[in-house]
Formats: sequence, C-alpha cells, structure tokens
Amino acid sequence: MSTQPAQPGTIFSPTLAARFDRLVTLYPVKRSALVPMLLYAQDEIGYVSDAVIAEVAARIGITELDVRNVVSYYSLLRTKPAGKYHVQVCTNISCMLRGGNEILDHCKKKLGIPNKGVTPDGVFSLEEVECIGACSWGPAAQVNYAFHENLTPESMDQVLADYRAKAQNGGGK
Amino acid sequence: MATLTTHPDCVPLVSYRFGKGATNIDKYLELDGYKSARKALELGPDAIIAEMKTSSLRGRGGAGFPTGMKWSFVPKQSARPKYVLVNGDESEPGTCKDRLIFEHDPHSVIEGVIIAALAIQAKMGFIYLRGEYRYLIEIMEKAVADAYAKGFLGKKILGSDIDLDVVVQTGAGAYEVGEESALMESLEGKRGVPRIRPPFPAVVGLYGGPTIINNAETIATVPHIFRIGAAEYAKLGTERNGGTRLFCLSGHLVRPGVYELPMGYNLKKMIYEVGGGIPNGKKLKAVVPGGSSTPVLLPEEIDIGMDFDQVGKAGSMLGSGGVVVLDETVCMVEFALRTMKFYQHESCGWCIPCREGTDWLKKSLTRLHEGGAVDKDIDNIRYLAENMLGRTFCPLGDAAAMPTIAFVKKFRKEFEDHLEGRGCPYHRAAQPEPALV
Amino acid sequence: MADVTFTVDGKKLTAPAGTLLIEACRAHGIEIPAFCYYPGLSLQAACRMCVVRIEKVPKLQTACTTPVAEGMVVTTESPEIAQARKATIELLLGNHPLDCPVCDAGGECELQDMTFKYGAHESKFADIKNHRDEQQWSPVVFFDRPRCILCYRCVRVCGEGMDVWALGIQNRGSGSVIAPNQQDHLDCEECGMCIDICPVGALTSGAYRYKTRPWEMSHVGTVCTHCADGCKTTLGVRRASDGMEIVRGDNRDKSGINGDFLCIKGRYAFDFANRDDRLTKPLLRQPNGEFKPVPWDEAIEFAGKRLREIRDSRGGSSIGVIGSNRTTNEEAYLLQKFARTVLGTNNIDHHRTADYPAFAAALAGISDASLRDFASAKAVLLLGNDPTEQHPGLAWQLRTGVRLRGLHLYVANHQNIKLRRQAAAFLQIREGDYAPLIAYLAGNDSALDGNGEAKAFREAIRAEESLLIVFGAEFRGRDIEALVQFGSSLPSVKFACLGDYANSRGAADMGLYPDLLPGYIPITASAQFAQEYGPSLPSQPGLDLLQMFDAARRGELAALYIVGSNPVARYNLDPAALRNTFIIAQDLFLTETARLADVVFPAANLYEKSGTVTNTFGDLQLVRKAADRAGARTDFELIVRLAAAMGANVKQLVPFEHRGVRADMGQARGAQSGEADRHGVWLAAHHLEPKLSPFDPFAILDEMQRLIPAYNVPRLDLLVGNDQHSRSGPASGLVQIQTAAARRDLVLPSSDTLFTSGTLGRYSSTLSSVLESREPAETAAD
Ligand SMILES: Cc1cc2nc3c(=O)[nH]c(=O)nc-3n(C[C@H](O)[C@H](O)[C@H](O)COP(=O)(O)O)c2cc1C
Ligand code: SF4
Ligand code: SF4
Ligand code: SF4
Ligand code: SF4
Ligand code: FES
Ligand code: FES
Repeated sequence: MSTQPAQPGTIFSPTLAARFDRLVTLYPVKRSALVPMLLYAQDEIGYVSDAVIAEVAARIGITELDVRNVVSYYSLLRTKPAGKYHVQVCTNISCMLRGGNEILDHCKKKLGIPNKGVTPDGVFSLEEVECIGACSWGPAAQVNYAFHENLTPESMDQVLADYRAKAQNGGGK
Repeated sequence: MATLTTHPDCVPLVSYRFGKGATNIDKYLELDGYKSARKALELGPDAIIAEMKTSSLRGRGGAGFPTGMKWSFVPKQSARPKYVLVNGDESEPGTCKDRLIFEHDPHSVIEGVIIAALAIQAKMGFIYLRGEYRYLIEIMEKAVADAYAKGFLGKKILGSDIDLDVVVQTGAGAYEVGEESALMESLEGKRGVPRIRPPFPAVVGLYGGPTIINNAETIATVPHIFRIGAAEYAKLGTERNGGTRLFCLSGHLVRPGVYELPMGYNLKKMIYEVGGGIPNGKKLKAVVPGGSSTPVLLPEEIDIGMDFDQVGKAGSMLGSGGVVVLDETVCMVEFALRTMKFYQHESCGWCIPCREGTDWLKKSLTRLHEGGAVDKDIDNIRYLAENMLGRTFCPLGDAAAMPTIAFVKKFRKEFEDHLEGRGCPYHRAAQPEPALV
Repeated sequence: MADVTFTVDGKKLTAPAGTLLIEACRAHGIEIPAFCYYPGLSLQAACRMCVVRIEKVPKLQTACTTPVAEGMVVTTESPEIAQARKATIELLLGNHPLDCPVCDAGGECELQDMTFKYGAHESKFADIKNHRDEQQWSPVVFFDRPRCILCYRCVRVCGEGMDVWALGIQNRGSGSVIAPNQQDHLDCEECGMCIDICPVGALTSGAYRYKTRPWEMSHVGTVCTHCADGCKTTLGVRRASDGMEIVRGDNRDKSGINGDFLCIKGRYAFDFANRDDRLTKPLLRQPNGEFKPVPWDEAIEFAGKRLREIRDSRGGSSIGVIGSNRTTNEEAYLLQKFARTVLGTNNIDHHRTADYPAFAAALAGISDASLRDFASAKAVLLLGNDPTEQHPGLAWQLRTGVRLRGLHLYVANHQNIKLRRQAAAFLQIREGDYAPLIAYLAGNDSALDGNGEAKAFREAIRAEESLLIVFGAEFRGRDIEALVQFGSSLPSVKFACLGDYANSRGAADMGLYPDLLPGYIPITASAQFAQEYGPSLPSQPGLDLLQMFDAARRGELAALYIVGSNPVARYNLDPAALRNTFIIAQDLFLTETARLADVVFPAANLYEKSGTVTNTFGDLQLVRKAADRAGARTDFELIVRLAAAMGANVKQLVPFEHRGVRADMGQARGAQSGEADRHGVWLAAHHLEPKLSPFDPFAILDEMQRLIPAYNVPRLDLLVGNDQHSRSGPASGLVQIQTAAARRDLVLPSSDTLFTSGTLGRYSSTLSSVLESREPAETAAD
C-alpha cells in the first residue's frame, strides 16, 4: 500500500507529494489544507501514522499537537491501520428501518470480526457508521469510498465476495 | 449511481439536467449552462439580490432562512476579502439530495457560486463536501477545472473584469461540521467547533471576511431562478416558500427515493402517492418530516403542506427535506435511541449541555430499551432533553433534544412498556451495541 | 469608549460600551457564575453557566460573550436561570467522580461551590461513570481526566498566556479530552499556570498533590525568592514537626505586580526550604578539619571573638564581607552598616548580576520603569536578555501587553529568543553589536551594517510616542550611559535594567559595594553617612569581590564574612586562596563556599523572614514570614548577634529604641515558632525592653528611608503589602559615581534558565526533576 518515497524528505508518493505542494498554495492560509491532506495521506498510507502527522505538521507549519487535535476530531481519520477494504455499514434511522442492523450483523458473522475489527488476513475491516447520505437507497454501506445500496444479506455477500476476489487478484482499492 | 426518482407531480427544476450527462461542460452549456451567470453579471449586485428576494427561496440546509436576505447582510465595503461557501457536508440522517446535485449537475453549483460571488463581490468560493463523498469530489474537481478552462472561473471571468477562484474542499467525517460556523473552522484546518455569534458569518466569517454560506441545493437552485425568472420561480411554491425542493423519502415506503416537488406539497400525498404508501399492508406509525433533528409527527398530523411555515405550525420543522416514514412495527424507543446515538457520536463536545446531555440520554435510552429502567427514568429523559433545549452553544443540542422530547411526549406509553425488565415489546431485548467511539 | 447605561436585576448600571456583561456585572458586585470565562483569555461560551435573561431576546444568553448595550435590561437570577444552571451542573456531575474527600481541589473547587449554590446534589444518574486512571504528564503536572469539566482554561492559559501551546483538546463529544503535546507527557515550561487556573481538581501539581487540604493551611502573601521580577506569591504553610512547612505557592488573588502569573520557580521551587539536608545547627570546624555541630551561643561567641581579635589586631581592612542577592533590603543595609561601622571595612561586595551603579549614574534622577509600567506601556524596546528564561514575569507582561493591549514590542538580540514571536519587529544582531546598535539607533549610520531591516527597526522605534527601554546585562558601564543618552532623545522614555535575583537590585541599592554607600553614594562623598554612622566609617574605597580573593591568596585577608552567597562556585574561584582566611558563612546549605568556612550559621531563607525586597525594576515590596525551620535564623538576627558578640553597641547598629519604629508589631514573628520567646530571653539577658527588638528588621526602616531618598516611599502602603516603586534616583548632582571606565566591571550574569536559580535552585527537587526529565539538555519549549 505504501509507496516507495521518491522525493527526498517525504514519506508520500511523488504524485501525492506534488499534490500537497500545490494544495497548500490554494488557500489564504496554509492550514486550510490540513483536513484534505490528512485524508489523502490516509488513503495512501492506510492510516494517519505518526510519520504522517510529523510530515503534515511540518508542511503546514503547525505543531504535531495541533495536527493530533484535528485528527482525533474527524471520524474518517484513523490512527491505526484498517483492512484493505474498509466496510462501513450505516445503521442510522433510514437504513435501520430497512434492515441496516441486520446487514451489520451479517457482516460481523460473515467476516468473523466485531465492529471496528480487522480480519486476520488484513483484507477487511468493519465499522458501524452514521448516515452516509444514501437514506433513500438504504440499507447502505461504503467499502472504502464506494457506495453499495439497497443491500440485502445476499447482495452484501456478493459485495464482499467481489472484494475478496479483487484482493486475491492483487487488485487495488 | 444514485438517481432521482420521478412521479407525475414532480417539477424538474433543480433536477432539470439530471441524467442528461451535464457533468460534461459542453452538455451543460447546451442545456442553458452559464447563461444565468452572464445574466447576473449584467444585473450587478443589487439587482441580483433583489431577484433573490423576489424568488422567496429559503435555505435548503435546514433552517430555511431567506437566501436573498442572507446575501443582503454582507457589507458592501470590507477591508477583508469576502467569500462564498457552499455547504455540501450533507450529513443529517434521512438526507441524500445534495449528493444527486453534485453527481448529476456539478456545474449548477459552480454557476450558483459565481452568481453569489457577483452578488456580494467575493473573489473566492469554496465548495465543501463531506469526506465520504469522495467520488463527488472528483466530479466537482473536474467540473471546476473545466470551468477554469472555459474562462468561467479564474481571472476575468466571463470576459468581465472580475476574478473568481473556486476550491473544492473535503471534510473527513463530522456531522457538526455542517453547522455553518463549524464548517468555517474546518475549512481553516481546525476542529469542527462552532464559533461564537455574533458576529455572524455575513460580517465576520471565513478568514475573518464577510462570508455567505449556503446549502448546496440552495446554491444549485440559484442559476435556475435566473434561468426561469424569480417571479416564476416563486410561483412554483407557496407564500414565502418559493420554488421546489428535493425531498428525500426513506424508510417504510413502497417507492423511497429523492423527488423534486413543489414547496408546500402535501405530506400525506407525498407518502401515499409519491412514495407509494407503506409496504406489506402495514399501517403508518409516524413520520420524521425533515431529517432526524425534526420532531416526529403522528399519522393524524401529516395532512399538511411541506413548507417551512406549515410544518412549523404542526410542531415540527421542514428541515433538510428528509422524510423518514415509520410503519407500525417500529419500536419508538429503539428509534429514539438510534437517533440519540447519532447525536452523541456527533456532538463536538464543546459545551456542557450537549456533550453531557447526549451521552447521558444515550445511556438512559439504552438502559430503557434493554429493560433496565425505572419509571423516573422516563421523566429524567424528558427533563434532560428539556434542559438541553435552547441552552447549548449551537443548534446540535437542540437537534438532539427536540426529537427526544417529541418521542417521549407522543409515545410515552411505549416508553413505559419497556420499564422494569419488560424489555422491548417489538424485539428480543436488543443486544447492547458496541459504542461507535 | 463611551459609557452605556443598562439595567441589571433592577439596578441601573453604566459601563464603557463593549464591556462584557459578566465583567460589567462583576464591577458592580453582581457575580455571575462562570466556568469557562476567564478574564484576559479568549471567549468560549462553552460551559453555559453564565446564562442570563435579556429582555426581548428569546433564549437565555451567555453573559460572558454579550457586550453591554444601551438600554439593555438583564436578569441574572431567577427561577428559570437557576434551573438552567442547576441542570448544567447535574449534567456535569453525571460523569464526575465526586471524589471530593480526596481531591486536591476539595474545599476550593468551583464545581463544589456551584453544586452547593444551585442545589444539584440529588443524583439523577443511574448509569456507570467512565473511570480513567490519573496520569503524570511531567514532574509538575498530573491529570485526572474524570474530574475535568472541559472549561478549556488550561488550554488557553498555556497557549494564549504562556505562548507554549502544550495542551490540546482531542477526540470529540463525550470523548473529548485535554491532551499534552507529547501524547503521553508534556514538554513545556512547567509553569503550573494550567494547574492554577483549573477550576476543579483535574490538573494537580506533583508538589501539592494529596499532601494536605486547603483548610489545613495558612496562607501568607510574600515575594518570590528566585528571579529579579519580584512576583508576589501566596505560600500555603502548615505545621510540620520542625516548624512550618511550605506546601503550596500560587497567586490566586492576583494581588501582586504579577497578576496571577507565576513561573515554575515562584510556584514550586519553594521546596528547597523543606529539604532534609538544610543546615539547622551551627557548625564549627575542629582542629582535625571536620565540622562539628555546636550550640548557637558557642558558635556566635566564637565567631564574634575571632572577628574582634582580627579587627583589633590587623585592622578592619583585613576583613572582607560578601553579601547576598537574596536577603532583604534591611539585611543588606544592616550588613554593610555592620561591615563599615563594626568591622571598620569597606571591603564589601556581592555577586553583581547587572551594572546598577552605572544605570543609576546614567539616569541621574530620571525615574526608571516599574514592572507595573509594562502593564500600560504602548511600546517596549527589549535589548539583550531572554526574559522567557530569565525574567518570566516580565515576559508574561510583555506577551499579555501584545496580546490584549496591542503593545508594540521591539526586540534586538543576538539569539533567536522566544519573545521574537510577539515582536512587532525583531532585529537579530551579533553578540558584540549591542553598543554599535545603540550608536546606530542614535543616528550613526555606519555603526551597524545598516541593512534595510535595521533601518526599519530604527524608524519604527523613533516613531513611537512613548517607549520603555529594557536591557540585559549585555549593557554595562559606558554602554548604559550611551543607551540612556539615546533614549533621552526620544519623546517619552523610561528604562529598566535587568539583573538576576530576588534582591540583586536591593543589594546594589543598599550599598553592597566597596566604593558605594546605600543609594549609590560614593564612599568619598559620605558626609551624611558619617554623621549618622559616626567617625568609624572608613573613607577609602575597599576591595571588590575578586580583589578580596586576591588579597586572601596573598595572605592579606584575615577574615571573610559571607552571607547568603556562593562566590567560590559562581566565580569559579580557587578554594585554596582562602586557606589562611578565617571564614564565617551564613547559608541554607553547605555550599561549595560554606564548605570552606570555619564557622557556618544556618540561615533562614526569604520565605522565613520579614522585610522588604526590591525587584530589578525598583519596585519595593514587603516580604512576610510564611515558613519556619527550627534551627535556622534570619540573617538580620545573625548580624545583630554577631555584632553583639563582638561587643558592638547594638543600639547603635539597629536604632530600635529611640528613632526606630515601635518594633515587632508581629511582622517579624512566626507566632507558632517560639521565636518570640527566644527573642524575649535574649532581650531580657541584655536588659532590654522586651517589646522592642533589635531583631525586628523594621526597626531599621526609618534610618534606611532617611538615608536613601529613593526608598522614602509611603510606609503604610508598603506595610500592607502594596508594592511601591522606589523614588526617582537621587537628585542629579548628588551622585557623582565614577562612571564606566573608572569602575571595574564585575558583572557576572547568572545565565539562569526557567529551571535553574543559581545555587539555591540546585536544592529544589522540583527544578532538579524537571532538568533530569529533559536530559539531554534542552531549554524551555520554543
Ligand atoms: C448540527 C448542524 C448540522 C448541519 N448540517 C448541515 C449540512 O450538512 N448541510 C447544510 O447545508 N446545512 C447544514 N446545517 C445548516 C447550516 O448551519 C446552515 O444553516 C446552512 O448551511 C445554511 O444554508 P442555507 O441557508 O442555504 O440553508 C447544519 C446545522 C447544524 C446546526
Ligand atoms: S451543541 Fe455544543 S457540544 Fe453540541 S455540537 Fe454544538 S457546540 Fe458542540
Ligand atoms: S507550560 Fe505551563 S500552562 Fe502549559 S502545560 Fe506546561 S505547566 Fe501547564
Ligand atoms: S483540566 Fe481543568 S482547566 Fe483544563 S479543561 Fe479540564 S477542568 Fe478546565
Ligand atoms: S518570574 Fe521570577 S519572580 Fe516571578 S515567579 Fe518566576 S522566578 Fe519568581
Ligand atoms: S440513514 Fe443510512 S445512509 Fe442515511
Ligand atoms: S462562562 Fe459563559 S459560557 Fe462559560
């Protein structure tokens, strides 16, 4: 997942490093780039590691404490690795009415992990999440950033199977 | 791909270009794109704001504040730069409409930003999308790049002397960041904690400059107002509630979906005709009319027009347009608990009543749902919610308290049925849910 | 701003427009409860305790964020408001451990007080509270998370107030928590401001934690013994087996020139006083070279006899005296009087940390700046020094001025000092370029590499309508003269000279110099003193500190009396030089210097005595006796006893009978210590009236004030504890100090950091543990 650092002094891929170089110039203040940077860094590195925090802090010119204060606020940002495919099942009201809890339970059983767990092979992780903006098409889930809607236990099985196949084929996210 | 659902009563105004490939800028131009921006450029700031007032468009983010009036609060002269901020944080449970706009008609948002920027003489705009909407961020970024390439953004836009930059920003998971001042904090790279008001954003907003912040649907509506004319637009809706809105129908319906209907459309009709009624021959139990923050309505309370004033009169709120329909099988305690779990998870934690109140309410409701509560717990739940109401730093506390009060008030019997080990009459006692964080 | 009139609880009030309602109410004695509001820190509106009802506004409003407006009608107490506050407290208590009986804040906890006031004691909460273990974040700071009510005062005082930004807020919602900058520990200035400001017992100090309960302490307001800023500190003391022990230092009542500020030293480094290795018995060196504890009378008799013999046989000029930077003015004054009139020598000096005589000479009657002047200054020019490390109190004032009053701070330094962050302009110069800089500022373009930066700096300074110039020990002698001369060309200017210890300025003012009498009167112009002191006053300048050691090496210094000073270590002197000198040392600890002595007297420290001290800005303050250590005696008493043992006329030394104040009004006495009895016995033995005591330092105040015009401040104000700025320097013409070249430059800056305090600092376990925790060496967070 993590790419070989190609630019000196960065842990990020050349593409991402270049993107960050540009990102900080877009705003009236550099710090505005913080939240996007953290999310994009997580997408590449897998989580917001200490090294990510250090480099982001340096790029923006704020303390690591400042960065940690922000990281810990946002629920998409995590400081521990997740599975390659992070399954996020919505159980909020609209989804709940249409079986969101059952989908979550089904995933727990199917993957053999609890909420917030990671499968031993690191392929899947599972998280119960709040509304993801798919209420009219619930129950819904996101795997990484991809939406899966109108789910049933059967269609969820298919979703998981597809990702597992992708993982076995060495596919990316 | 998320799509719009239609019904003969629908009025495709904001959704005029949905499903027509308008993410492509040429297609967008073909479908009257950027004409409104040119019109606005000719009109100039005062006339734009006058048009907006005529349209009687009210904010689609939840509070329903008249948009033209909001824009008119921005001071003409300002030492600091002014900004336009589009709120695409869409996180209110039951709401999934802004997503369709970004997905199907990203340029309408950009064009709306241009018009808003012209109205207040801003030189920079931001489109803030929730982090979960990654694919939409990509769509928006492409649209912005295309608009730059065509000279609609950047230096001397549309051949005028006016410069305008637009940046697409991602959030990273936080409902509270949808609150306007918290959104500005987030955009400044901080924790999403709201700001003290006054001063209001129109005077001191992003980076300390006057800022207008509008919901994505509000902004996307703006070019359509100029496309069909403000008076025409106003006529589509009811008094003081101009135009149409994207209603998100979810829950126990035969045809859930997002529909564009005129403001003031009858709720009962919306449920039974547009949404196809309750499936499996079940009876309607309750309706949450405007997203999870709005007080629940009973079946006998839904013969009302869906505009801000009428729903307000019925004791609830039009909110974000998320109509959540509950059939008779729903346990109201469980529903109240799930609602409170959300607010407990999303409270920013800044102020005592919300931080502690949501946590306490979640614990109490959990215990109640599991059958471990006693009589005074129900009064306590109501006492707590009533004491949060109006006392918190931002409206999230109210958003957590209001529905709770309504649940207890309107379904007290059902709460009582859970007492003293009786547990949930609808389910096996729910397994304790692992906390989200 | 113009005043507005508004109504609160039926009373018509006025306040300047823009005043926050909570402040306007406080000013009129209407107290509105508040957890998160704290004067001088940014507004939060987080706790919702300060809610009030404002007419025509639908919701309750927070008084801490609402500015008063003309015609506003406010209700601050009503059943509705009481209910809102009660509910807020109930909510807080829902997750609060309520371990008041063991909590450090118990008894002075704002949450306890509010709970009591609003009657929120009936627990509605039936669920399990979240428990978390207490964490140690640094040698000083401990955190008990469940007690935290998230008022964010600590975060703000550390960031906004201290400019350290070591505390953050992490997670969100009910998971929100205060977090230290190094994940599980703090790297910070250890000032304890966060602890002090915490309204509950969430942040506690290693020094005080679980030691005592507030109501078991007595509180005594006195002055910090460490740096030369003279912060007021309130010491909490309680009875211990061997006297009164200090358990806490703070300044919650904000009464001093430091407001509520204290640095780590003022707040925690009182702990040297409680050390086990403190001297508590006089030591006499035995023929075998070893020290033997002896009774007081024996030690004093012995020392007095030897001194007398030496004086009588070899003359006063064979005796040297070294005074202290940490004794009171009265003690320093008495010491020089003793040296000059009893020992008959002008060989008296002290560890000089700034060139105060040159400063006094240069000022020639212009008033110097009080630390209080910094609280209202419009512009400050800081030359040299690093106040963050060496004058934390001043640094606080400067930061606060910049933050809250728009003070313009100009900094020129050879180092990247932390205060540059507050500076309107920062000019980095080379270490040796301070004098050229002054020449440049004065208009000599060729004096400095006149790059654009320097030019802009100069122009900005010259454009200021009024300026406070504060300079470090980089400036001495002629440079000070040049600086004052330059400053005097500006429209309105005041100066401050930065020395290093609690009473360095006092030591200088009191004439601990071989060539200067109290008030910087040259020994050669001593007419008035001769009149007071009598004919025994030697008229030739004596030896300075280094000359004394040279004389000792040559065998020409027969005796040396060292009071509260460690010159051997500080000046890195060769102990062998003193081999043939009879040495009396008076100290708290067996320092490198005391170790060489023939007689060692255990001395009391500044927290164990009364008197006055003068900070480096010339602010004269009362010190009050707070603690007491059995066995130790004040330097004042020791000097008097030594004089008596030499057969001197004690009444001549301390005019306690006739011209003195009616002595011992209680200021000098630790009532619990038995000291009064001890004095009574001594007085009776000497056939003296027990009501009047020569050990009362205030007995000498009259004489001091008469002889040193600068100290002629209103006595009453001083005695009630108000700091008094010493009068403008001696009227010009009176002083003709030989300036610059003629005087030897013996200034040796202490180079202390936030965590050191000369020799004394080494005996503070708090300071030592902070230093140890930071190895490899590192200074304050920057
Ligand atoms: C807790 C909270 C969450 C909110 N979330 C959103 C949101 O996700 N999207 C949105 O447009 N407005 C949201 N709002 C409303 C905004 O604060 C603001 O009123 C709105 O963006 C203004 O736009 P409008 O006038 O166009 O409605 C939220 C408000 C609160 C109090
Ligand atoms: S009500 Fe208070 S705690 Fe809740 S989200 Fe708003 S500011 Fe944060
Ligand atoms: S610098 Fe002072 S206020 Fe900041 S954390 Fe350290 S002790 Fe607390
Ligand atoms: S630790 Fe104390 S000062 Fe800091 S937020 Fe908590 S209660 Fe307030
Ligand atoms: S600043 Fe100086 S006087 Fe004040 S507390 Fe610190 S060491 Fe003591
Ligand atoms: S409730 Fe599940 S997506 Fe909105
Ligand atoms: S003191 Fe006003 S909200 Fe805390």
